[in-house]
Amino acid sequence: MGDQLAYLTVALYAASFVCYARVLYSSQAPQQARFGWLATLLLAGGIVSQYFALLQRSNWTHSIPYDDLYGSMSLFAWLLAVTYLGLELFHRQRGVGAFVTLLLTGWTAALRMIVPGAAPSPPPAQGPLFAFHVTLNTWAYAAFALSFVLSMIYLAQNWVLRARKLNVTFWRFPALDVLDRMARSSVYVGVGLLVLASGAGMGLVWRHRLSGSYSWADPKVIITFAILAVYVAYLWLSRSPAWRGARAATLCASNFLIVLFSYTFVNLYLTRFHRFI
Amino acid sequence: MATTFNSSRSAAQRIHLALIGCNHRTAPVALRERVAFTSDQALAAADQLRNRGILEEAVVLSTCNRSEVYGVSTGAEALDGMEKFLLSFHGLSPADLNGSLYRSTGTDAVRHLFRVAAGLDSMLLGEAEILGQLRNAYTRALEHGATGPVLNKAFQCALEVGKRVRAETEVGARPMSVALAGVRLAEQVFGDLRGHTAVVLGAGAVAEQVIEHLRNRGIGSLRVANRSVDHAQELARRFGGEALAWDSLERTLSQPDILVTSVSSSAPVLGRDSLERAIAARHGRPMFVVDLGVPRNVAPEAAGLYNLYLYNVDDLGDIVEQNRRAREAEIPRAESIVDMQIRKFEAWRIALESSSIADDLRERFELQREALLREKLSGMPGVSSAERERIAAITQELIDRVLDDPTRRLRHGGGMRGRLGAVEALRHLFGLDEAGPTRKDRKN
Repeated sequence: MGDQLAYLTVALYAASFVCYARVLYSSQAPQQARFGWLATLLLAGGIVSQYFALLQRSNWTHSIPYDDLYGSMSLFAWLLAVTYLGLELFHRQRGVGAFVTLLLTGWTAALRMIVPGAAPSPPPAQGPLFAFHVTLNTWAYAAFALSFVLSMIYLAQNWVLRARKLNVTFWRFPALDVLDRMARSSVYVGVGLLVLASGAGMGLVWRHRLSGSYSWADPKVIITFAILAVYVAYLWLSRSPAWRGARAATLCASNFLIVLFSYTFVNLYLTRFHRFI
Repeated sequence: MATTFNSSRSAAQRIHLALIGCNHRTAPVALRERVAFTSDQALAAADQLRNRGILEEAVVLSTCNRSEVYGVSTGAEALDGMEKFLLSFHGLSPADLNGSLYRSTGTDAVRHLFRVAAGLDSMLLGEAEILGQLRNAYTRALEHGATGPVLNKAFQCALEVGKRVRAETEVGARPMSVALAGVRLAEQVFGDLRGHTAVVLGAGAVAEQVIEHLRNRGIGSLRVANRSVDHAQELARRFGGEALAWDSLERTLSQPDILVTSVSSSAPVLGRDSLERAIAARHGRPMFVVDLGVPRNVAPEAAGLYNLYLYNVDDLGDIVEQNRRAREAEIPRAESIVDMQIRKFEAWRIALESSSIADDLRERFELQREALLREKLSGMPGVSSAERERIAAITQELIDRVLDDPTRRLRHGGGMRGRLGAVEALRHLFGLDEAGPTRKDRKN
């Protein structure tokens, strides 16, 4: 059953990608609207399907599935999809859906190659606060990943526009202003106190409960605050005259390198308490 | 192509779909304006063509790029009549036309009509305006009673072709004028233009085009500045904008998100410094500048300013050329839709023709039967009226039996080509094209 849901998720994301690509390809408004709605529905279907796959895995591991690479990546992909769907509905813009769903399709398909045969051992401490802490941080990383994709598309479009190398596909993409607003919204999601600060705060509380002391020296905590700082800087600079536009997009894309560093190198090699992949 | 049907005539008479006209390819504007029809003239011409017996159905299509008369006639000589009518209607001599008229009948005429509807015959490939003009011309003719079953079907198919080509291909998708290309590029920067401000420098024809496109795309606020204040005020008034004094330009330069320049000037009107100050005053908000002046109105060095997007007339010309090639690449797809609709129209025509030829054949047989009975029974005085009725019934049944299968096959079987071949063979074998006595004639 778990396999079937995983395959269904990949299929729905792939079908959603095809429809989003059709939205990009078509220049006719009726076709765009028809395929756009279908793409959104398929994406929502993929999210629901992946949710149940994650739920099954949770029941199996008796934990939110972040304790191994498979579960962590699967949760990341799901939160990325949820964030994107929210942004799409908020901004009423489907122009970048093809890129996000392509990423989701590739990501979830690749997951099938690392699916573990046995349940991972449970983490040293369990509980809703801990689960909330990890989930919110993963969600923040997913939102930053989305802002990275949007910023890269912005930079590509901006380059095409400035270099006057317009081609057929140029006209299909959202306006620079829309991309800019979507990237900023995504960062707001990631940075928002509700997500990263609360997540980090709750992590500290959990650490305190476990050891009786707050550990500010954990590299994961340090890098998390660094991430928070660079994205807050982005949000502030992206509103200032000198940084508005391409410079802000470049900064946003660069910031994601730190997220990648935190999510991979720090988790694997530098921290004792945050090895969730 | 020959088309038959007509409720008021013998069904065996063929009716020809005919076209005569000239367009931007065959006639210069000086001639096109002499053969143009106003809306009322188009209806009057359709009336006269029908009243004089040249056509049974008529639609006149007249736009700035074409004047065409589509009609349905019962004789192949209709084209000559249409040409003579066109000359007399506009007071022209044959020498005036100088071979600018094109004439076609049958499938060629239908194909031309469908290609016109698809925008494939337009000066601006794929332009959408022609479909509306075609619909108007047809609707007015229909309401006026100038059309009949053939032109109704042909124009309905043409309108379907137009819609399908625009929905299923990209032949009309991309901007094909520098003015529209500039406005569409601005949309690629700002998205919806409703909340944005535009300033247009200049009040000439190109500036007017840009303003019209900006208004059509919902620009929030529009200002026009020109050295001649009167022209600026006139243009601003027509498009619901505001005229700016030329002297205040420097002060107001920071306001527009979109700046369009189309001014005759030997030196740039806007230098890099002016625009740099404007961008700074805008707190770095992007500005899209379209320079349509030749020589250029904006110093090219301004293109390097952060968040300023500068496009001149050559840049936009390249985009238009690229779009033209992209539209041309869609022609085969559009033509295949035209072909598909022609086949649909042909199938309808042949079905109609098959039906009418079967009725015609039966009437011919009936007349022969009645003549034969009269001839033979007149020499048999001993045959009682009951026996005469019996003989009449038997011969009637014979005709019914003989014609039953062929009629069914003619109406429903054999495919389009087979039915068309059968119709032609029957016409030839039974001489159905020749005028003969009809049941109505005999009654009279």
